[in-house]
Amino acid sequence: MAIHQIDPGLVPFQILDPEGNLVGEMPALSPERLLYFYRMMRLARAFSDRIIAMQRQGRATTFGSLAGQEAATVGLAAPLQPQDWLATSYREIASLIVKGVPLSTLVYSFRGFTPPNWPAETRCLPYQIVIGTQIPHAVGLAMAARIAGDPVVAVGVCGDGATSEGDFNEALNFAGVFHAPAVIIVQNNGWAISVPRHRQSAAPTLAARGIGFGVPAALVDGNDILAVYETVRQAVERARAGDGPTLIELLTYRLGSHTTADDANRYRDPAEVEAWRARDPIARLQKFLRRRDLLSEEQDEEIGAAVQAEIDAAVREAEAMPPMAPDSFFDYVSATLPPRLQEQRAELLRFVSPAQPQPQPGERR
Amino acid sequence: MALRPMTMIEALNSALALELERDERVVLLGQDIGLNGGVFRVTDQLQRRFGERRVFDTPLAESAIIGTSVGMAVYGLRPIAEIQFAGFLFLCMSQLVTQAARMRFRSGGAFTCPLVVRSPYGGGVRTPELHSDSLEGVFLQTPGLKVVIPSNPYDAKGLLAAAVADPDPVLFLENIKLYRSFRQETPEEYYTVPLGKAKTVQAGEDVSLFAYGAMVPVALEAAQQAQQELGISVEVIDLRTVWPLDEEAIVSSVEKTGRAVVVHEAPRAGGIGAEVTAIINEHCLYSLLKPVARVTGYDTPYPVPGVEDYYLPTPAKVLAALRQVMEP
Repeated sequence: MAIHQIDPGLVPFQILDPEGNLVGEMPALSPERLLYFYRMMRLARAFSDRIIAMQRQGRATTFGSLAGQEAATVGLAAPLQPQDWLATSYREIASLIVKGVPLSTLVYSFRGFTPPNWPAETRCLPYQIVIGTQIPHAVGLAMAARIAGDPVVAVGVCGDGATSEGDFNEALNFAGVFHAPAVIIVQNNGWAISVPRHRQSAAPTLAARGIGFGVPAALVDGNDILAVYETVRQAVERARAGDGPTLIELLTYRLGSHTTADDANRYRDPAEVEAWRARDPIARLQKFLRRRDLLSEEQDEEIGAAVQAEIDAAVREAEAMPPMAPDSFFDYVSATLPPRLQEQRAELLRFVSPAQPQPQPGERR
Repeated sequence: MALRPMTMIEALNSALALELERDERVVLLGQDIGLNGGVFRVTDQLQRRFGERRVFDTPLAESAIIGTSVGMAVYGLRPIAEIQFAGFLFLCMSQLVTQAARMRFRSGGAFTCPLVVRSPYGGGVRTPELHSDSLEGVFLQTPGLKVVIPSNPYDAKGLLAAAVADPDPVLFLENIKLYRSFRQETPEEYYTVPLGKAKTVQAGEDVSLFAYGAMVPVALEAAQQAQQELGISVEVIDLRTVWPLDEEAIVSSVEKTGRAVVVHEAPRAGGIGAEVTAIINEHCLYSLLKPVARVTGYDTPYPVPGVEDYYLPTPAKVLAALRQVMEP
């Protein structure tokens, strides 16, 4: 049992050790499901690398690397049902992909546009930029499900930095008080831009925050996808059964810089990064699958080629989508556009010539 | 004074270093301002020079950054807090608006809050959501708080020094696009540029053009085009302190020209432009030959990077407004 009643302790829950050895009870997962996890982790890494490359070429805007956090982000989304909600930050793009947000929609958003086709039916809120603000939303979605009497769970995910924000703590308190069917997940990747985890909180773990709010918590090796999956599965099950919220801290690591606008070499010891590279979550599952003869070398190569092809297709599709119209930012201000804004829109259009080149997405700072 | 060409980043860094040198009470706090030197490097090397006791990273909590700064200011320190992007000021509105700005008021003058809050703002640099917003208009209804927005390195350094010397809280907004856009000869030494004083950047006779921050170069370009295309002489005034406004400078210019255009990238409704227009109405309505025109961001949320250029005032938009107010 990964979820303790109140005190999450100091020892992270683990099923696979960094060498891919089974050190805990194997969850009931078919070989196909395990290969799906592996494929999605490879996809997440390749997608992150691709958008960063596009940003360097001026084809995408600022992007936060996903590398190193694939077990956490794929594993946390995998146990969710279609009717469950997911509210994330920009660091959980892989969770959105697993929940069904199309790659091309995400690529279009990283071109600097608002996707015209955000798939509301996936029950994923648009990834959040402002730190921690999505956690009250997740708890509110869960409170609504409880009020409505629906067997629906809401998952809110944020980073270690967000746990310092009022929103995070206030939401956790609400989750406890209202017995909300919510799972609040902290991806502790060690760094909030340049500020290390130990400067965020004097507490030995972030999972320990649950004690103060009366919310059961779990501390999990976030680079072990089986442990992540199994813990979140139990928490989702608990929530769906009416047993209330759970706080989960996933211990992982941000292998890249904070975003394409950041240079982690300014503040981070390369030796620390190397130590975590040795704990790469994709390699861990790969070793496990190889050892169990569930993944041949040829299959592995096929998966690598297949995810690249999938990303190629998504990028082609997103780049073929027309840019947003110059006056499109008036579209969704409110249900109807007040006369004053209609005038402003007409005013803008007087300054837009059809021949005017589209602004380039690459950031300038 | 020894002059050196500085970007606005370098000028601000120099101002902060001088404050730390000359006054033991000055402390710097914020996110990523220490070893990383701030996400824009405004505090580069300052932690190394002055130590972690005086220049320190905080947990990621805007409300606590401002709330604890209030406590430090009351104690007698001179905190200079950084909020990483102005869009995140929304996360500390309670502490900034209801506490920092009102400490003198609610204690009957027993306590004061000499605090400077620095924050980068402004668009055109392809940042993610809420990293480009201009919030100054929000603070027009925050009694007790001054709002300063420099448009060039020289003013940035002198105004920041004046903000630190001010006995009350000052919100110091730094335009991201101007951070590295040009260098200007700037003194190495300490000096101040007074708060509450606008600056006539270019004298003119026919129309007063008010701007601040990144809109000053936009206004100057439009003024030059107006001179060439319309043959008019435009007086360009950099407001520099946007709250409280330099009413005398606004009124004396409009009394001379009889025409006015206000430019800002913040939304139009209830903004600096509205307040400048009201000041003109109150003090020199009968000097006006045409209604005051505003060239501003629109009353929408700040758009995504792919269309943000359409949102911002441009020289063409300002020129059209100048043309409009020059109609007979």
